[in-house]
Amino acid sequence: MEIRSNEFKGRAVFAIHDASLQQALGKAREGFVGKRAQQAAELPEFEQLREEAKALKNHILDHLDHYLERYEQAVTAAGGQVHWARDAEEARTIILGICKRVGAKTVTKGKSMVSEEIGLNEALIDEGMEVVETDLGEYIIQLAHEPPSHIIAPAVHKTKDQVSDLFEAAHGGPRKTTVPELVDEARRMLRDKYFRADVGITGGNFLVAETGSSMIVTNEGNGDLTQTLAKVHIVTSGIERVVPTLDDATLFLRLLARSATGQETETYTTLSTGPRRADDLDGPEEYHVVLVDNGRSRMLAGRFREMLRCIRCGACMNHCPVYGAVGGHAYGWVYPGPMGSVLTPLITGLDNAYDLPNACTLNGRCASVCPVKIPLPDLLRELRHMQHQQEITPAMQRRALKLWRFAATQPRLYHAGERIAARLLAAIGRKGRIRRLPLASAWTDVRDLPAPAGRTFLELWQGKRGKS
Amino acid sequence: MRVGLFVTCLVDLMRPRIGFAALRLLEHAGCEVVVPADQTCCGQPAWNAGDRATSRRLALKLIDEFDGLDYVVVPSGSCAGMIRVHYPEVLRDDAVARARAEALAARTFELTDFLVNVLRIEDVPGGFRGSVTYHDSCSGLRELGVKAQPRALLGLMPGVELREMEAAEACCGFGGAFAVKFAGISTEIATRKCRSIEATAADAVVLGDLGCMLNIEGRLRRLGDEHTRVLHIAEILAGEDG
Ligand code: SF4
Repeated sequence: MEIRSNEFKGRAVFAIHDASLQQALGKAREGFVGKRAQQAAELPEFEQLREEAKALKNHILDHLDHYLERYEQAVTAAGGQVHWARDAEEARTIILGICKRVGAKTVTKGKSMVSEEIGLNEALIDEGMEVVETDLGEYIIQLAHEPPSHIIAPAVHKTKDQVSDLFEAAHGGPRKTTVPELVDEARRMLRDKYFRADVGITGGNFLVAETGSSMIVTNEGNGDLTQTLAKVHIVTSGIERVVPTLDDATLFLRLLARSATGQETETYTTLSTGPRRADDLDGPEEYHVVLVDNGRSRMLAGRFREMLRCIRCGACMNHCPVYGAVGGHAYGWVYPGPMGSVLTPLITGLDNAYDLPNACTLNGRCASVCPVKIPLPDLLRELRHMQHQQEITPAMQRRALKLWRFAATQPRLYHAGERIAARLLAAIGRKGRIRRLPLASAWTDVRDLPAPAGRTFLELWQGKRGKS
Repeated sequence: MRVGLFVTCLVDLMRPRIGFAALRLLEHAGCEVVVPADQTCCGQPAWNAGDRATSRRLALKLIDEFDGLDYVVVPSGSCAGMIRVHYPEVLRDDAVARARAEALAARTFELTDFLVNVLRIEDVPGGFRGSVTYHDSCSGLRELGVKAQPRALLGLMPGVELREMEAAEACCGFGGAFAVKFAGISTEIATRKCRSIEATAADAVVLGDLGCMLNIEGRLRRLGDEHTRVLHIAEILAGEDG
């Protein structure tokens, strides 16, 4: 997928003025935030689970090579095959190779952010295959030719009316207007594709090392149909998604649904282990897992290791005021919100996403809800440090900081300058405020600047002390 | 008890009366207050802009200035958070400086946290009468756990009626340089905060960080709200003449 993260500012302004987007975002905000809070409050050990999940993830990351090897052995023992992909291109080549070898015409897909990350759909379509997204949200945005705007609710930016329009155009009338009707229609359209599919591709929420199973959670059961009805099942997943045992997976499951959608548990939690065995009633003939690195081992070795704890729940974006104002598309690539602002520059390159680490107030709400306690604001700040070091930050900003440092470390100079500023600002102020300030128009275009009193605290205080 | 007051650069320049209010509250509680005359800024803007070298210089400067005092008190959650949470990280490469930073961090408090949890005061001089709503500034809330303290202090004032706004813990959209770099997004977030404030119909919105204060007051006025007062928690607790 094309990286358009450097267009963040423009796309954000566009988003803020998109009335139906704002309507959709408002609804989502209320729903996700309230429901998560309720779930967290109802589970007394919720905070403790977060602590345990963080510790377990850290342990896994410390021994990632070990668990990945064990996982590969278990997959092989179950009759499946593991493929290692260093980057997006390698991953696409592997998957295309499998699809071509089996002569695939139709490929069904369960929801997978990694497949978005590696730009899989375009590659398959370019080879003449029909690609069908089976998650309702993904299906909707596929019809709209748009990327997902949220990692668990890809079509959260669409209103019901917009979905009605899309369905009418794609399926022919009569136009459906209620949610059940729309869901029914999508289900009817998808049924036939499941049966025709040659290859079913899913993501993997967790890869269980002890059994070689991949685990997915969905609310629609579409993942089950995708992976059991096609002749070939391909799991695409990042290397960091491995967990040692089934037991360990349950710890994350308890946090995932509660943090993501505010449900106690998702409707379907499905394990798949190898291809169909002789006495199985159904299942694929071939079972492949494509493990994608794409920058992850680099993260593992450096200061951003903690980001690899992410279980892709989306809570950080649900609670982010910036995401809440502009939605996911403004971020310009696959992963939006706080986790995306960390991942995008790390995966696609610092200078491909200059704005993202800066488009944050550092309010910290994301970290306070993250189920694996990733210190997202600290990681964003760390990225700003890298930008500064590598001189990616604008020269103007670096010059201003230098000047400010020069002043702030010399109290007499600083205080003299401050006294002048206090007097000037007080003099321009009318009724205690400044409505327009030429050099600070980015501030005064949208809000007043409360005018200062005219004397600084330190000079008044010294004056008072002098008298007493 | 010798308490150093770090007024913060924004209070010093924009609202000196908040500094005097903090001073009054501390003296009212029996503290001997010291105001190091060379204080400037804690370095937060540089730290958040990714400029480690500058934040280092300013951190060392502040550590020197507040050496030897029993406590350092700050009428701002984000500046107190800078010292308490971030200084050790700013100075992580230098063991000696880092140890000094940690010692200072342990003695540094946000004003309301200090009044409630260290001084345990039971009365305040302010005589404000009316309804107020409290905005939880992000750094104070999430870095320092400032939530109950300002409310407990407001509870000591018989004339004050506290009306909680919806999403009191939501960011106001300030974020330092964010407010000007991403003015459009910042405004959108600030407008939402203003609506929550106005929905309470409180006489005043009270908060504990000057950045948020300038942002909220500025946006409220631009939206045409001329009556909701915007007060720092120190001002209301100490009384207007503070
Ligand atoms: S960073 Fe944390 S909150 Fe955000 S998606 Fe990942 S696990 Fe969820």
